[in-house]
Amino acid sequence: MSSTPNSASSQAERVPAGDEPVLSVRHLRVEFPTRHATLVALDDISFDIAPGEVLGVVGESGAGKSMTGNAVIQLLEPPGHIAGGEVRLSGRRIDDLAEDDFVPLRGRHIGMIFQDPLTSLNPLFSIGDQLIETIRAHLPMNDSQARERALELLREVGIPAPETRLAAYPHQFSGGMRQRVVIALALAAEPELIIADEPTTALDVSVQAQILALLKRLCAERGAAVMLVTHDMGVIAETADRVAVMYAGRLIEIGPVGEVIRHPRHPYTEGLMASIPGITKRLERLYQIEGAMPRLAAIPAGCAFNPRCPHAKARCRSERPELMAAGQSLAACWLHDPVDPLPREPVGQGTDDATQEAR
Amino acid sequence: MSQHAERGDVVVPARPGRLRTFLDSDIVYSWKQQPVVIVATLVTLVMFAGALFAPWITPQNPFDPRQIDLIDAFTPPLTTSDFTGTFYLLGSDSQGRDVFSAILYGSRISLLVGFAAVLFALVLGTLLGLSAGFRGGWRDALIMRVADVQLTFPSILMALLIFGVIRGFLPRSMHAEVAIIVLIVAIGLSDWVQYARAVRGATMVEKSKEYVQAARVIGLPDRKILVQHILPNVMRPVLVIGTIGLALAIIAEATLSFLGVGMPATQPSLGTLIRVGQDYMFSGEWWILLFPGVALLMLALSVNLLGDWLRDVLNPKLR
Amino acid sequence: MLAFLIQRVLQAIFVMFVVALIAFSLFHYVGDPVLNMLGQEATEADRDMLRSQLGLDQPVVVQFWQFIVNAAQFEFGISYRSARSVSELILERLPATLELATISAIFAVVMGIVLGIYTAIQRGNWLSKFIMTASLIGVSLPTFLIGILLIYLFAVELGWLPAFGRGEVVDLGWWNTGLLTGSGLRSLILPAITLGLFQLTLIMRLVRAEMLEVLRADYIKFARARGLSRRVVNLRHALKNTLIPVITIIGLQLGTIIAFAIITETVFQWPGVGALFITAVRFVDIPVMAAYLMMIALVFVIINLIVDLLYYAVDPRLRVQGGAK
Repeated sequence: MSSTPNSASSQAERVPAGDEPVLSVRHLRVEFPTRHATLVALDDISFDIAPGEVLGVVGESGAGKSMTGNAVIQLLEPPGHIAGGEVRLSGRRIDDLAEDDFVPLRGRHIGMIFQDPLTSLNPLFSIGDQLIETIRAHLPMNDSQARERALELLREVGIPAPETRLAAYPHQFSGGMRQRVVIALALAAEPELIIADEPTTALDVSVQAQILALLKRLCAERGAAVMLVTHDMGVIAETADRVAVMYAGRLIEIGPVGEVIRHPRHPYTEGLMASIPGITKRLERLYQIEGAMPRLAAIPAGCAFNPRCPHAKARCRSERPELMAAGQSLAACWLHDPVDPLPREPVGQGTDDATQEAR
Repeated sequence: MSQHAERGDVVVPARPGRLRTFLDSDIVYSWKQQPVVIVATLVTLVMFAGALFAPWITPQNPFDPRQIDLIDAFTPPLTTSDFTGTFYLLGSDSQGRDVFSAILYGSRISLLVGFAAVLFALVLGTLLGLSAGFRGGWRDALIMRVADVQLTFPSILMALLIFGVIRGFLPRSMHAEVAIIVLIVAIGLSDWVQYARAVRGATMVEKSKEYVQAARVIGLPDRKILVQHILPNVMRPVLVIGTIGLALAIIAEATLSFLGVGMPATQPSLGTLIRVGQDYMFSGEWWILLFPGVALLMLALSVNLLGDWLRDVLNPKLR
Repeated sequence: MLAFLIQRVLQAIFVMFVVALIAFSLFHYVGDPVLNMLGQEATEADRDMLRSQLGLDQPVVVQFWQFIVNAAQFEFGISYRSARSVSELILERLPATLELATISAIFAVVMGIVLGIYTAIQRGNWLSKFIMTASLIGVSLPTFLIGILLIYLFAVELGWLPAFGRGEVVDLGWWNTGLLTGSGLRSLILPAITLGLFQLTLIMRLVRAEMLEVLRADYIKFARARGLSRRVVNLRHALKNTLIPVITIIGLQLGTIIAFAIITETVFQWPGVGALFITAVRFVDIPVMAAYLMMIALVFVIINLIVDLLYYAVDPRLRVQGGAK
C-alpha cells in the first residue's frame, strides 16, 4: 500500500524546534478485526511533536483523531490494536510494550485529558482521593505530602479555596471546574506529553477559552508537548503551533498552523477551511464539500478523498499519495508531486462559488 | 429513486412464499448460528411429542390401576419381569408402575399445567394491563398497587399461598380431584403482574398516538379501539414474556408438586414422581428418582434456553 | 436524609398494613376458624362460646384492629393442626431457618460478587466461559432438583455429608444453634449451597453485566490514563461503581432466600419455619399461614429499609446535599 515509505518518513522527520521530539510516530497502523473484515482505522500515520509544542489534530468525527491519541497511550478499545509502525517517546520505543510495562508510563510520562469532564471523574470518590491516589501512584510521597501536592495542583489550575474542596465530590463542581480538576490529575506527575482529546467540546463557550489558556500555560511552564485533538478549527487557530489534518484514518496534511489555515495544500483541507465561518474571509454562504467521508469498511483505492475531490484524476483512484512537501507544509496529494504534479482543475478552487451550484 | 416512483408499471418481484420468507428471516438465521439452541429445540420437540402422544407410545397407562401389577414392583431398568414377562425400559416403581410410562404421562401433566397457567396469567394480566393503561384513574392506581405488593414476594410463595387459600374454600374430599385446576389458577395468579405491567406500558404509549386519538374523536367505541388497535400492538411483549413464563411455570408446578402441595401421587406430574422417588434414593432403587429427575432437568433446561433465545431474537431491549 | 428516612418508613408501614389486611382476611374468610378448631362434633353452645372468646362476634373493624395489636405483640393465635400457639411454633423453628438463610446469603453474595468480577475482568478466557455456561444451567434448574442432586452425590454416593436434618444442636436458651457442633456445621453445607446457588448465579450475572458496563465508562478510561494499576482500576474504581446498582437487587434477592428456604427445608428435612409453612398449606392451617406471611413481609420490609440506607452510605451523590448539578 505505501509505495515509498522512506521518502515520507524523512519528510515527516523535519521537526521545527530542532531537538529530539517528545513524541515520534512512524507509519502507525491500527486495525479492528470484525466478523466480516479487518477495518483499518489508522493507516500509515507519521508525525512528531517537539518539547513545548502544541500539535493540533483536526478532522471530522471518525477520521481517526481520537484513535491516534488512544493508540499512543495504548487505550484502544478492543478488538482495536496497533498492527504496524512505531511510537517513540523521547526516543524510547513504546508501542511494543506489554500492558504491564505500559502502566507506569501513563500519567507519569503521558497524560491524557478526555472530552467530557462530567464523566471523566469517578463520581464515588472525592476529588482529593482521586488526586492523592494518582500522585502516589507515580511519586514517592506519603499521604500528607501527596495531600500538599494535591492542594498545590488545585491552586495551580485555579480552583478557589482548594483546602475546602479536597473532600468534595465531582458532582459538587461545575463543568469548567471539573475540567480543571481533570487537568490537575493529568498533570499531577508532570508528564512530558499531554494528549488532550476534545478538552473543551463539552464546555460552555465562555469557559472554553479559560481552560485552553490554562492548559497552554501549564504545558508551556513545564515544557510538555501537547497533542490537542479537536474538530474545532477555532481552538486550533488559538492554541496550536502546528496542525495535522486527518481524513478516513489517514494523515493528509501537516504544517504550521498559520500556513495550513491561510494556504491549505490538500483539497480536503481547502474545503475544510472554506467551510469554517470567518477563518479566512467573509463569505455569504459557507462552502460545503460534496459527499461524506467514507466508512472504514469502504475506503476507496488510491487517495481516500478522490471521490469527493474536484481535482481527482485516474492516478488518484489507483495510487495512494504519501505526504509530500507543499510550501511550508506536507500534504498527501498528487497536486504536490515533486516530479509530476497534477494540474489543478479551475472549478474546485476551494472557496470558489461555482462549486455550490452542485448542491 | 424518483424515477422509479414516477413509473406506473413498476415490476413487482415475484413474491416469495411464506415458508421462503420465514426461512430467510433473522430468527432462522440466529437459530442456525447457535448449536445449543438447536439441541434445545430438538429436546423440547421430542419431549412435547412424547407427552402429547403418551397414550400411543407408552406400554401402559400408569393411572389405570388395572394395567399395573404390584408384583412387578421395583423391577430394575432394561429388565423383563420374572413374574409377568413385561419389559421395563426404565424400571418400575413401588406400585409396579412403568417408570417410562409414568414419565411421559407426568410430562403431559407438567406441560398441561405449564401452558394453562401461562395462558391464565397472560389473559388475566393482559386484561388488567389494558384496563389500567387505557382507563387510568382509580383502576390504574388499584391494579398497580396490588401488583407492587405482589411483586414484593417471590412468585413461588404467592403460588403456595394462593394454593392454600383456594384449598381452604374447598371441601377436603375435593382436594385431589381438582388439584390440577387449583394448581393452574395458583401459578397463573402468582404470575400475572409481569404481563399487566408490560401491557399497561405499551397501552399507554399506544393510547397517546394520534390514530387512537383520532379514532376516539370520531366516536369509535372504546371496546373496538382496544381490540382492533391497541391489542395487536401490545401482543409482542406479552408473547415474549410468555415464552420465558412457560419455563418458569413448569418449574413452579414441579416445585409445588415436589413440596406435596401440587399433583397427588395418584395423578403424578414430574414433580410428584421426583417427590415419591426421593424415598428410594437410599434403598438402591435409584431409577425411580433418576429418570423423572433427568426428564424434568432436560425439559426445564431446554424450554428455558429456547425462551431466552426467543426473547433475545424478538425483543433485544427487554433483556 | 431525615425526610427520606421518614418517607421510607411510611412506605414500609403501608406495605405491612396491606399484608396484615390480607392475613386478616385469610383468617377471617377462609373456612370457619371455629369449625376448624372444634371439629364437627362440637355443640352450638361450644361454638358460640369460642366465637366470643376469639372476639369473632365483634364488628370486623374491631377484629382487624385486634389482629394488628396481636400481631404487633407477635401473637397469632392457635394452630388448627397442632393446637399449639403459633408464635411458639415459629420461635422454636426460626433459628434453624435464619441460620440456613444467613449462611446461604453470605455464600451467595461473596461467591456471586467474586465470580461476577472474575468473569467480567477475564472475559473471554475458558474458565469464565465455563462459569457462565454453568450459571445458565444453574438458573434453569429447579432448586429442589439441585438439592436432590447434591444429596445423591455427596451423601448417598460419596457419603461425605449428611443427607438431612440439622445435626447436633446446642440450646442457648433463647436460641438453638447448629453452628457450634461439627455435625451441625456439616449438616449445613449442602442445604446452604442448594439454597444459595440460585441467588449466587443471579448475583454473579448481575455483577458481571454491571461491571462490564462500568468498565466502559469514561472515568475508568481516565483512571487508566492517569496510570493507576489494573488492580486499583478494577477493584477500587470499577467495583465500587458496580456495587451501587447491584446492592438493591442483592438486597431483594436476600429476601427471596427466606422464601425459597421452604423448598430447601423440604428437600433436606430441615426443621425450619419453611417446612412448617408447607405443612400449614397442606392442611390449610390458616393461623400459621397468616403468621408466616406477616413474618416474611416484615423481613422483606426490613431488608428494603437496610438497602436504602446502604445506598445512602455508598453514594455521595445522595449523601451530600447541594452542590452544582
